[in-house]
Amino acid sequence: MFSGSLYELPSKRSDLMSWEGRNIISIDEFSKEDFYQVLENSEKMIDLLDKGTPLNVLQGKLMSSLFFEPSTRTRLSFHAAMKRLGGKIIGFSDPRTSSRKKGETTSDTIKMASAYSDVIVIRHPNPGAAKLAAESAEVPVINGGDGSNQHPTQTLLDLVTIQQERPPSSSDSNIDGCKVAFVGDLKYGRTVHSLCTALKNFDTSFKFIAPEELEMPKKYKEGTDYEETNELELSDADVVYVTRIQKERFPRPSEYERLKGTYVINENVMNELKDDAIVMHPLPRINEIKSTVDSDPRAVYFKQAFYGVPTRMALLAMVTGALEGGELI
Amino acid sequence: MMLVRHIKNGTVVDHIKAGKGLGVMKLVKGDTEDPVVLAMNVSSTRHGKKDILKLENVYLDEDTLDLVSLLAPNATVNLIKEGEVEEKRKVKLPSEIKGVLKCFNPKCITNQEREPAEPEFKVLKNPVRLKCKYCGEVFAEKFFKNVQKP
Repeated sequence: MFSGSLYELPSKRSDLMSWEGRNIISIDEFSKEDFYQVLENSEKMIDLLDKGTPLNVLQGKLMSSLFFEPSTRTRLSFHAAMKRLGGKIIGFSDPRTSSRKKGETTSDTIKMASAYSDVIVIRHPNPGAAKLAAESAEVPVINGGDGSNQHPTQTLLDLVTIQQERPPSSSDSNIDGCKVAFVGDLKYGRTVHSLCTALKNFDTSFKFIAPEELEMPKKYKEGTDYEETNELELSDADVVYVTRIQKERFPRPSEYERLKGTYVINENVMNELKDDAIVMHPLPRINEIKSTVDSDPRAVYFKQAFYGVPTRMALLAMVTGALEGGELI
Repeated sequence: MMLVRHIKNGTVVDHIKAGKGLGVMKLVKGDTEDPVVLAMNVSSTRHGKKDILKLENVYLDEDTLDLVSLLAPNATVNLIKEGEVEEKRKVKLPSEIKGVLKCFNPKCITNQEREPAEPEFKVLKNPVRLKCKYCGEVFAEKFFKNVQKP
């Protein structure tokens, strides 16, 4: 049991060797113990960053950063994470500058990068590319998003955000006991589906707030304690996870116009929230959260983006075996 | 009532749920030029109505039987040799299907040119659906009811 500090959590998987060489492809592969391990190590990385303590556990190691499609937050935070741990980076952020342009397959590019580096991070437009990469590589592969399929490190940093930003709890984690309200496009939102799947490992309840056309698919609701509404009523929520409603999801533009202003977080909505609730968003936002609420301490979406760095530091250190034979204290 | 003659050599797929026979036929008949008989909405004591498919001089391999089970999970398959039933078996829904069907998601990495990823599906039951092990998409019967064995 711990109250806000994961240091007090008895290590649920003392044998970190099981992480060495592991691929991070899908959130579905994570056990409850795995989530706790990532939360624990991410918290230690946050402390190191806060204190400015150098931790060169990846000195002499190389990360291949293979971005077959553009990304800002994911790429920059992986790079920051690797450099914060003393490692170096090779790779590309635009496939037009790689031999991809000459027709090389993803699989061959991965095999080459595997021979050059100690860990691979891949972002790819085709779903399933991360699994293929893991099959092609001799070194661990971390999925930085493969099309509409998976983006597991986003989910992990979302969990870290809830753990860090919610008040200390007497439960196993600060995530347990939370009522999580998902708002916006719940039908197509990859981050929402993935986080909902991960949260099933914790003692959480859900509120799904979406227009009828964009309701949460049944398979994610199954086996959960949830309520569903199309009213933006958030007074009972501990965590509010907002996503963007995209115009292209609607067959008729008039439908989009009717709904686009329905789920906007503004000062009035914030006034209804609990004092210790938090508002999250995977970013980029367009107009679903007014910039006027950014200064509200409950608006944690930029902190959420920051947590991408310590979360990815933890993952890089774990899968490369840098923490093997020791622990961060 | 109608009379459909016995076949001497080949395969009889029986107990196909009524309405599914055409899909099964497309799946299994390949390019045979021998007689193929599909009887639809035949009375059955067990199923009320059923479809039956008879294929002269055609024998189905295990991969094809797996595909048949997706469309007709209760079907029985009789192998006929010299007019006698040599073997009678129920099809069995496999837990996974590998290398026989292409993924129905055109963006899936398995559908990208020259990528060495063999399509692989987990078979979900009640109702039967296929989950691609690469792209993660789940496909209902409407996707695979018209498949033809490559």
